[in-house]
Amino acid sequence: MILHELIDYDLLRIIWWALLGVLLIGFALTDGFDMGVGALLPFVAKTDAERRVVINTVGPVWEGNQVWFILGGGAIFAAWPPLYAVSFSGFYLAMFIILAALIVRPVAFKFRSKRQNVRWRKSWDWALFAGGAVPALIFGVAVGNVLQGVPFELTPDLFARYEGAFYAKFAGLLNPFALLVGVMSLAMLVTHGAAWISFKAEGVVATRARSMGTISGLVTIGGYVLAGLWLAYGISGYALAENIVPDGPSNPLYSDVVRTSSWLSVYGERPWIALAPGLGLLGMIMVVLGLRAGREGSTLLWSKLGIFGAISSVGLTMFPFILPSSLDPRSSLTVWDSSSSHQTLFIMLVATLIFMPIILTYTAWVYRVLWGKVTEADVTDNHSAY
Amino acid sequence: MELDIVELSRLQFALTAMYHFLFVPLTLGLSIVIAIMETVYVMTRRPIWRQMTKFWGLLFGINFAIGVATGITMEFQFGMNWSYFSHYVGDIFGAPLALEGLMAFFLEATFVGLFFFGWDKLSRIGHLAVTWLVAIGSNFSALWILIANGWMQNPVGAVFNPDTMRMEMTSFFDVMFNPVAQAKFVHTVSAGYVTAAVFVLGVSAWYLLKGRHVELARRSITVAASFGLASALSVVILGDESGYSATLNQKMKLAAIEGMWESEPAPAAFTVFGVPDQEARETKYAVHIPYVMGLIGTRSLTTDIPGINDLLDVAQERVRSGIIAYDALMTIRKDRGNTSADVRATFEEHGNDLGYAFLLKRYVDDPRDASEAQIAQAANDTLPTVWPLFWSFRLMVALGFSFIAVMAYFFWRSSFRGQVYPRWALWGAVAVIPTPWIAAELGWFVAEYGRQPWTVDGVLPTALSVSHLSVQDLLLTLVGFIAFYTVLFIVEMGLMLKYIRKGPFEDVEETEKWMAKHQHQLRTHDGKGPFAPLSEEQLP
Repeated sequence: MILHELIDYDLLRIIWWALLGVLLIGFALTDGFDMGVGALLPFVAKTDAERRVVINTVGPVWEGNQVWFILGGGAIFAAWPPLYAVSFSGFYLAMFIILAALIVRPVAFKFRSKRQNVRWRKSWDWALFAGGAVPALIFGVAVGNVLQGVPFELTPDLFARYEGAFYAKFAGLLNPFALLVGVMSLAMLVTHGAAWISFKAEGVVATRARSMGTISGLVTIGGYVLAGLWLAYGISGYALAENIVPDGPSNPLYSDVVRTSSWLSVYGERPWIALAPGLGLLGMIMVVLGLRAGREGSTLLWSKLGIFGAISSVGLTMFPFILPSSLDPRSSLTVWDSSSSHQTLFIMLVATLIFMPIILTYTAWVYRVLWGKVTEADVTDNHSAY
Repeated sequence: MELDIVELSRLQFALTAMYHFLFVPLTLGLSIVIAIMETVYVMTRRPIWRQMTKFWGLLFGINFAIGVATGITMEFQFGMNWSYFSHYVGDIFGAPLALEGLMAFFLEATFVGLFFFGWDKLSRIGHLAVTWLVAIGSNFSALWILIANGWMQNPVGAVFNPDTMRMEMTSFFDVMFNPVAQAKFVHTVSAGYVTAAVFVLGVSAWYLLKGRHVELARRSITVAASFGLASALSVVILGDESGYSATLNQKMKLAAIEGMWESEPAPAAFTVFGVPDQEARETKYAVHIPYVMGLIGTRSLTTDIPGINDLLDVAQERVRSGIIAYDALMTIRKDRGNTSADVRATFEEHGNDLGYAFLLKRYVDDPRDASEAQIAQAANDTLPTVWPLFWSFRLMVALGFSFIAVMAYFFWRSSFRGQVYPRWALWGAVAVIPTPWIAAELGWFVAEYGRQPWTVDGVLPTALSVSHLSVQDLLLTLVGFIAFYTVLFIVEMGLMLKYIRKGPFEDVEETEKWMAKHQHQLRTHDGKGPFAPLSEEQLP
């Protein structure tokens, strides 16, 4: 097939780098509020009826939302196989914990209200809490580690090896900077969840969600600013040496990488990327104000923009790096040397262009059908409700 | 079996995949069954069909939750435990997985919520469309997963790139329309339909035995038996199609399944019974049916089927050829870009056997240093252990035929004997509920164990496919998965049984209102009115 020559390899790589961002952001925007709602569940809802209302605000949609995560995994596998191979095996135990949380969550949603038993329901409520809070924290920890570089190296056969084994490797992930990013990520998604609850629920539940969301919103802002300063002054960055071949073969070992004093030096070269952290901060501030003022729809929208800004600021700051290696910088994975082949990227792009609009259309339709507040009466009247 | 990284990774994959596949077949089949039931509801407006849709839909939902949850593990396990595999074939293998998300899973997961929550929010037709979209989504999902798996069995449309040290796609069309993948897809979804049919049949039979929910149970049996008979026939016929593709692509797997040590002149016989002896390289006490294997395997009476011993000789040739390819690859890598045309040509010629040189990496770091004994050993490794394959296959086939018998019987009773079923048959239907799961697991075992020692047939050995992990890493996650999955299994079985015991939610008022309104249209097949009590013989 020669069709794929229609789009240059380097352009395809940039497009897929952007799509990777779209998927991660899509995941954070949709499944993000599910996780936030899960993390807030024990605190904003006290009685069983209240808890069922909170659960049912996401009840019909969490399943579709979660596909963003699964699709994200599949898309990384298809478009960035080295990233998939290196990061998932490198963050091994962290991945396992995320998997455990994400396995518990669907089951908890489906099974919680199927028995009239206090202990049964309480246990599943904690499962929902862990299933929301733990992944939200770990995703942030992972981003914090990626920004510092991950201790791996590639052999000439491109087999990925890691420094340290087992828990030493896992303990290494839990460093102060990564934990800060983790807390910030958790706070951000909790705020997002709070905005969702105040949008979908009423009364005391919504009031509690707004006050918890205000606190977590402030933590988000503080965490984001602090992490930015830390990144500026305390963490060294990476840069590609001169020999960049943007349409060369996907072999990370073909390019040289040097360490720089800070990631943020790229803001001098490309000042426009400051828009991303700017939007992130603006969004986070507007959410806090919106929650205080009791605005519903616009608060949720600002929350989305805040998350969009925060996640894109990480991607844009690191560009063209995707997964830098602290152990052997030359092994670092970048946009130019860790993608799929020209043909695979092209085919996947065509498929995405066809199906993504369809997905967005029917997802929007489903949200429209389910539009409106969830009340205690809805939950008790519907036999299918969770 | 010593517990090294490779064995532990295999064990973990086998456990998590087989566990996942306890839930998948029921999802595949039940989604169609409830869509059929709801279609009848929309066409006839009879409330009983909506109750059936809701009741089986509830059981579908419990099963679906765990199917999805355990599927997440599968999507991420390749990167976690099979890092080199992911790097080496991700360019091809990743695409169907991503497409599964884009085309199928999104559809299924987005609409499944609406299936449960949308009864009052959608029109009848709207809800029916949602139900069908869930069914189509889950079946499409199987298509893409089997395209990925089919490629591991028969890696078409790809070529090795020395620059990137991996396989890269040359033809997406070939990958998608891989005959092995297509045969596996229809075989697998048919197996799922049989599973759902046996499940619905068994549960309904239990209701009839208890004299509960008789109307729902009898209608369900009719749906299950007709749907199940068609599916059971197709699972056997299309399974035969898989056998045919296997002979073209995986001769060793077929020979091992057959315990066929020596090549047989056409037409080969099928061994019904025997005791394969790996050491002596013979199958003892073999009972043959003449011609059958030749027909299944080659669709002719004149084509030979190669036996294990001949295939091992071929493998040894390919290991030697692979060493030449490996040597050329090392030169290409060293000279990067300035490789002489000679070396490139050598690589072109022998590149297809590169995977066979990798088989030597278990014994020696550089395949070029391999001794004669090591080459023979590597060639020998291309034969999986025969007896588990031999017996799993036979048990699976026997179960396959038993499904045809069961479904044909109930179809006959349902269509021509006034839906009256003897008690022994109903008890039988309850007793056989677990069998389709056993058959499905055996089928996967034959497919995947039979592919050993490769993860991608002839391309990448299993021993090389793993991640750089420690034994503790793998043990911890293995124990974690087992503990976790055991709890899930107990919880899910508990809920399933609870809801089966509880039975459908019957909206009596609505049913009676509807019946009164439509009484003039209603006559049961014996000519009596719909409210006439069941006669003695109709009662089970």
